[in-house]
This record gives sequence, C-alpha cells and structure tokens, in this order.
Amino acid sequence: MTGQTRGSVRPNQWLRNLNAKIASIPMILTAVVIFVGGTAWTVVYSFTNSKLLPRLAFVGLDQYERLWAAPRWLISIQNLAVYGFFSLVFSLVIGFVLAALMDQKIRFENTFRTIMLYPFALSFIVTGLVWQWLLNPQYGIQSIVRSLGWTSFAFDPLYNSDIVIYGILIAALWQGTGLVMCLMLAGLRGIDEDIWKAARVDGIPMWKTYMLIIIPMMRGVFITTLVIIASGIVKVYDLVVAQTSGGPGIASEVPAKYVYDYMFLAQNLGQGFAASTMMLVTVAIIIVPWAYLEFGGGRKRG
Amino acid sequence: MDDIASNGMVTAYDAASDRLKAGPRGAKPRRRLSRRNIIVYGTLIVVSLYYLLPLYVMIVTSLKGMPEIRVGNIFAPPLEITFEPWVKAWAEACTGLNCDGLSRGFWNSVRITVPSVIISIAVASVNGYALANWRFKGADLFFTILIVGAFIPYQVMIYPIVIVLREMGVYGTLTGLVIVHTIFGMPILTLLFRNYFAGLPEELFKAARVDGAGFWTIYFRIMLPMSLPIFVVAMILQVTGIWNDFLFGVVFTRPEYYPMTVQLNNIVNSVQGVKEYNVNMAATILTGLVPLTVYFVSGRLFVRGIAAGAVKG
Amino acid sequence: MKLRSLAGALAATVALPLGAANATDLEVTHWWTSGGEAAAVAELAKAFDATGNKWVDGAIAGSGGTARPIMISRITGGDPMGATQFNHGRQAQELVEAGLMRDLTDLATRENWKEIVKPASLLESCTIEGKIYCAPVNIHSWQWLWLSNAAFEKAGVPVPKNWDEFVAAAPALEKAGIIPLALGGQPWQAAGAFDVLIVAIAGKDVFEQVFAKKDEEVAAGPEIAKVFKAADDARKMSKGSNVQDWNQATNLVITGKAAGQIMGDWAQGEFQLAGQKAGTDYTCLPGLGVNEVISTGGDAFYFPLLEDEEKSKAQEALASTLLKPETQVAFNLKKGSLPVRGDVDLATANDCMKKGLEILAKGNVIQGTDQLLSPDSQKQKEDLFSEFFANPSMTPEDAQKRFAEIIAAAD
Repeated sequence: MTGQTRGSVRPNQWLRNLNAKIASIPMILTAVVIFVGGTAWTVVYSFTNSKLLPRLAFVGLDQYERLWAAPRWLISIQNLAVYGFFSLVFSLVIGFVLAALMDQKIRFENTFRTIMLYPFALSFIVTGLVWQWLLNPQYGIQSIVRSLGWTSFAFDPLYNSDIVIYGILIAALWQGTGLVMCLMLAGLRGIDEDIWKAARVDGIPMWKTYMLIIIPMMRGVFITTLVIIASGIVKVYDLVVAQTSGGPGIASEVPAKYVYDYMFLAQNLGQGFAASTMMLVTVAIIIVPWAYLEFGGGRKRG
Repeated sequence: MDDIASNGMVTAYDAASDRLKAGPRGAKPRRRLSRRNIIVYGTLIVVSLYYLLPLYVMIVTSLKGMPEIRVGNIFAPPLEITFEPWVKAWAEACTGLNCDGLSRGFWNSVRITVPSVIISIAVASVNGYALANWRFKGADLFFTILIVGAFIPYQVMIYPIVIVLREMGVYGTLTGLVIVHTIFGMPILTLLFRNYFAGLPEELFKAARVDGAGFWTIYFRIMLPMSLPIFVVAMILQVTGIWNDFLFGVVFTRPEYYPMTVQLNNIVNSVQGVKEYNVNMAATILTGLVPLTVYFVSGRLFVRGIAAGAVKG
Repeated sequence: MKLRSLAGALAATVALPLGAANATDLEVTHWWTSGGEAAAVAELAKAFDATGNKWVDGAIAGSGGTARPIMISRITGGDPMGATQFNHGRQAQELVEAGLMRDLTDLATRENWKEIVKPASLLESCTIEGKIYCAPVNIHSWQWLWLSNAAFEKAGVPVPKNWDEFVAAAPALEKAGIIPLALGGQPWQAAGAFDVLIVAIAGKDVFEQVFAKKDEEVAAGPEIAKVFKAADDARKMSKGSNVQDWNQATNLVITGKAAGQIMGDWAQGEFQLAGQKAGTDYTCLPGLGVNEVISTGGDAFYFPLLEDEEKSKAQEALASTLLKPETQVAFNLKKGSLPVRGDVDLATANDCMKKGLEILAKGNVIQGTDQLLSPDSQKQKEDLFSEFFANPSMTPEDAQKRFAEIIAAAD
C-alpha cells in the first residue's frame, strides 16, 4: 500500500518518509529547475524575436502566426502523426511477440537477444546511411529483386514523396524494436511463477493466458514502453537527417527537425522555441490528464 | 539509517535470490522437435535475418576497398578482403589535424560513460523506488513533470542548461557533463524503475516492513536483487545513449574531454570530399562494440525468477 | 572559470619577465574535416606555429547544424575557444553586438587590410559599426555549371556553351539514358542553384534589387518569372538524380551518369581527386555561360574576447598570419578557393580557377546571399526550393508568390 495508508498504521512515518524525501531531492531539483524552469524560459522567449542569442524583445504572437503559416510545419505534423501511429503499433506488437517467443525456455537466448538488440547500439547517422543504401532503387533491394528476374519490381520509398515516411519507419523499427523486446522480456520475467502454474492447472490455452492474465499484469511495463516509444517518436530527428534530410523536397520533415533547423541553421531562436512550445503543449494536453489518472488520484501502486 | 533485518527476512530474500538462478520458465516442458519448437525457432531465425541483413552489408562494405565499393553491388562479398578501413578508422582517420582515428576519444568516452551510467541509474532507481513504495505528498506532481520532460527535444534545452551550468560553475567540466546525462536520463529511467517496483509482489515489501526494515535496507536487500532484469534494461538504455551521445559531449565540455563520437561524427559526417563508406562502416561497428559487449555480458543477468512464492511459502 | 582565468593571469605575470617568446596554445574551432580541407587547415596551423605559438585543433564536422550550436554555447557559456570559423556575413553579427567578440580594428589598420583585401566587400562583411571583427581567409563562388564532356559525346551533342544550349540538349541526353542535371537532395543545393539562375538569367542588377534591396515588386515581377521558368526546366532536367550529398551528385557528373551540375567552385576538388582535367574531361561555365559574374562569399575567422593577455596576443598573431600572402597561397591552393588578396600569384591554378581570377580582376562580383540575407531568410528559401525541385505539381507561379513573400519579410 502507499505511504499515506501505511502512515495511519505507523506513527513514525514522517521520520521514515524523510528518507524518501531526501532521496528524491535530485528528482525534485531536476523537475523544478530544469524541466519547469527551462520550459518556462523557452516559452517566454518564444514570444520574442530572438535570433542567434536569446533577447527579450517581445513581438507577441508573431512567431506562432508564422509557424502555422509555414507549409513545412504543417507537413511535419502530418508526418509525425503517420509515423507515430505506425511506429507505436508495430513496436508494441513486434516487441511483445518477440519477447513472448524468447520466453519459451529457448536455447541461445543470449545470442538471439543480442542480435535483436545490436541495431540499438549503432548511431542513427549510420543506421540512416545503411538503410539509405538498402532502399536505394539503383543498388539496394529493388535492384537485387530485379536482377532475380522480376523486372517490374518497384521499391523506392525514400524517393517517393507519398511513401517516404514509411521508408523511415522501416529503419526506425529495425533500430528500436530490440529494446522494446528487452523491456517486455524484463516484464515477463517479473511475473510470478505461480500464475503460469495456475493457468496450466486450469487448462487455459497459452494465448489466452497472455491476453487475459499476463498483459494486464504487465501494465507498468507497457506504460513504460509506451512512454519510451512515444517520447522517441516526438523527438525523432537524426534518423530523418541521415536518411533523407527531410526530402524529397520537404516530404519527410518532422517537427523536431523544424525546431532544430530554425534554432541553429536559421538562427531564429524565437521561431524554434515557438515550434517546440507547440510540441510541448500538445504533449502536455495528452499526457497530463493521463498521468494524473495513472500516477495521482490515490490509485494503488501500478 | 535503519538497518534492522530480522531472521525471517533474511530467509525471504535468500529464497528470492535462489529463485533468480532458476532460469527461464516456459509454459510446458516439451520434446525437441515439436511443432511448437519449429514455429518458435523458425520465427526467431527469420526475424534474426532481418536484423542481420544491414549488419552483413556493413561488414562486407567495411572489408572492401573504395574502387570495389564504387562499382560493385552492396550485397556482394568482397573480392579482395582488406582490413585497411578498420585500421584507418581506429588509428589513422583525421579529425582536422589530429590523425589518430577513433582511438583518440576512446578513453574519454569511457571516462564519461562509466560515472554517468552509474550515477544516473543510481539516482533514478532510488527515485523509482521512493515513488512506488514510499509515496509522499507532491511526489506525483514532480513525477508527472518528469514524464512530460521526457518529450522535450533536448536541443531546445541547450541554452537554459548552459546558463544553469555556468551559474553552478561546472560548465566545460566532466562533472557538468555527468550532471547533464543524469538529468536527461532521469525521466525514462525513473518511470522504468517506478513501474517495475510497483509491479513486484507487494507481500515482499510488506513482510520487510513488518520486520522493521527501513527505506535503504529494503532498497538494497530486497528490491535490488529482485530487479536485475530491469537494471539490465536501464543499463542498456544508458550505456547506449551516453556512449553514442555526441551533442552533449561537445556542447558541455572542452576538447580534452571530447568523446569518441566526435571522431565518429567527423569520419562519417564530413560533408565535403569523397565519402569513404568502408571506413564509415568500420568506424560505426567499432564504436558500437562497447555497447554490444555490455549487452551480451549483462544479458546473463536476464534470468527469470520473481519469488513471490518465497514469502507465501 | 574564474579560477582558470586567474591562473591565466598569474601565468601571464610570470611569463612576462621571461620574454614574450613563450608558446601559447590557441584552440581553433572549424568544420573543415574532409581530406582537402584538412590539408588546407594544416597550412594555416603550420604558419601559425611558425610564429612561436601553438594551434590546438578543434575540428567538428558538419558545418551549420552541428558545429554552430557548439561554438555558440562555448562562447556564451563563458568558456570560449581562441578563434573560430564562421561563414562571414551575418552569422556572427549578434555575438559581436553582445560584446563577446574581439575588435580587430587596430590590427587591421596597422596591417592595412583595407588596401590588401580584394574585393572590398569581404572586409565590409566583417565590419560592424565601423569596426572590424573578422579575418577573411578565402573566396568561394557559387556561379558555376560543371559539365561532363563524355556525357555529351555519348548523347551525340556538342558540349553546350551556355544554359540555353544545355536546356536544348536535355532531350538528347535523356534519350541516351543520361540525367541532364544532377541535383542532390539536401535543401541548400536547390536554393543555391536558384540563386545562381537569378544572376545568370536576370542579371546582376535584378539580383541586387531582390537580395540587397529586398524589393518584393521585383521579386514578384516578370524578370524573376523568367528565372522561375528556367528553374522549372532545371527541375525537369534533374529528375532521377537520387542522391543526397552534393559530392555524390558531382560524382554522377564525373562518371558521366549525369551531364551537368550547378555547384560552387568547391566541386572542382572532386574532379581533381578523380584525376579529371579541366577542358578535356569536364567543362566549367562561370555564370552558367550567360552572365560571367561570381559571388564572393567565403570563410572567415572570428576571435572571441578573452581575458588572458597571452592568448589575446596569440589571437592577434593568428589574425595577422591568416592574411599573409604566403599563407593565402598555400591555403587556397589546397582548398580550391580564391585568395582574399589581389596581389598574390597563383601560377599553379588550373583553368577553371584562372577563369574565376579573371572575373574577379574585372570586378564582376556580387555579394553572396549569405552576406545579404539573414540565415533565417536563407532557411525559408531553402524550404521553398527544396519543395519546388522535388514536387512537380508546384507551379512556378505559386513558388514565385511564396518567394516574393519571403523577400518581403526579409530584413
């Protein structure tokens, strides 16, 4: 049970909770100084016309008006929605299925795990480069399939504005699903042995045990995974730069790249901060109510 | 600190660590070549091929000379194997005037990664533990802020952090960089630990409390030994993130601390001149070797065994 | 930091009685990391080390996006380097205005930079409110069309002498399976190509009205409409060049897979590295063979204000070294760019470089768009043109409308 409930039983809870409070000082400082302070700072400067250096010359909503009139920003948002949806769904499904397979008392578990995880160790720059090759119509997968006799085979996602974002998705899944698998595996290993025994005794089929018992029990791990994947999606930047530089044209631009480009390439901090404020506001609108339900409101642990 | 642990407790977590060594559990014991086995291994092998294909291309490319890369197809094995790209990537590639390849920044990367990983995981696991088991008033608010913070593109935070570090007097030092890594690792790691600890069988915690164990005793003697898989995941996240970090490493330190990724960036990202793909690939694989080793070695801690039964029985 | 500068001051007092010949380490950040560039930097370092100081190299690949936040953080974080590269023009203006950069006016007056730096616009870009803040080191020009002689031979058409002939040759090239115009996918390449087209098609005056005076009427007018027409041709001709980096695009020209590329004089280094000879293997047309005008953008070094006296002295030595005739020759030959002083001899320059020098001597120069526009307007232009060149459904008229809006909003 939580501290409060425990407190009613134990009179010396303040002393004991003191330890928890002292231990949480780094967290509190980070939350208040860096995240709240830094964000407030950013939001304030998004109302200025700061260029290379932050300057308090207020221009009202100018930066926001310009942002929402920029075709590139609108395309970035659309791309993020498509990329985000598919990335979330595929990562979770693939990650869980792989983890469930790995949990079948298999041999060479360590080897399989490392194979699935190794892409995570490689820098995005090179991940982008390798996939740029594999997906290049002249010497990648398309040319191999064509040389095998299927001459009309077409697979050039990075050079087709309509599907370029899926080309990036392929590389992103390759890079990230291994980690999701590991998280899920850690979650599966945290489940009580007795649950499996009981399910077996009751003759519940395995898939049903997973769907109805195990997954609900892994709620915490799923939430963690969800936040990791989602925050990665919102921040996606390097991979796009390495694979397409946002091209063809501006077809694969994403919001984080807009922020970065306008802050440092265009030296228009105000514009970059306005874009990041919009991103953050959107995230906050989705997350804060959810987080309140999930973590606050006196709910029991988990 | 309250360090009282009764005998009953000791048996509880001894049993827990016994269970840890018991290894994975499946649904049923089964024969070697059952249909299920074929499906399981078949799927895993096919999936592994998808993961390995780009690695194959990278390795093959890193063993070719540049003329062969220009004409040949990327899947073809090298006609003439050369290790020159590897030597070049490690010891000869130039970063401006310094031509000693990745080796130049290797120890710096180690010096950055080791303290950053240890401190960030230590801080975050204690946070998670406090949030899961010792909730105090207001804790949820700070935690929610952290979670929202996980979504901030960190490039946006460069300027405020430069200001904070400057005011603290640690801008440009290794300490400053470790602080930055701890800060940016905190949201995800805290969430990771909080949710994992919250999902552990509550009876263990309760039993320890009944036995009079306090905050730190329970953390070190019960939570830690039961949470090895999640510590491995945290380590994977941090080792990879910090080892591969480029931006913080250069923005918040000075050249004498520049990590290996600065050289990697300079090798891979040179925008002018001929791209040496073979050296790029060799450099990437070399840089990735350290996290890979960590994955493989620490993977052994991925054994199963949460011992709820240890308390009940 | 306070401690460090205190230590520096102490060191300075100790060093003084012993004489000024003590070597001072000066950290220099720059983004020249490719083979040819690094060789060029080595020349600078050699010349600087010869003054009794020591060049500490802080190279970071990837120009704007990567190197700039680092340089700016270091300077604003209170831990600046000794000297740093910037494209001169408007990029460092605010750092100067914030009082973070060192005023070089005394040195410049002493060494008579105003007389020796040619064209004068280079030093003007370094001048803010009458004071000089940077040392220009080279001139790079954008206005070149690089053609593969082999590609035209294969297509059975003569190598064109200007843009119109090139456009006319496009169908024959396509028939022979050659991409007429190589264009990399990175946004700056499309925007740069358009700037080149403006000078070539509409001329120097229109270029200056649009970019220097920011005249939106002209930007929306018939002259620029003609340029967009040409850009439309270029868009059609560049279809199928599936590459990202500019040097990959150049490589298409070198191997004859593509017939031509609009790119700055730095492309020349690639042809040289591939062992090709100007005139026989490839042809270069400055100003696209129409208006022989070149822009004078380039690189410059800025010097953050330091408290340490020894280092300040070393900064001065470096600035002075950068502009010495010997340094200029040695550096620019390796870099493939033109020297910033008119009085040095580049006898070993190749045909294309000589063409550039001639145009420079005639004074047919314009300022680069980096000097005329803020990085912000430049980026908006990049967004527009990368979209235009990749998206055939965007009409030249629509694009021109957006172009005029960008010019109207530029400061």
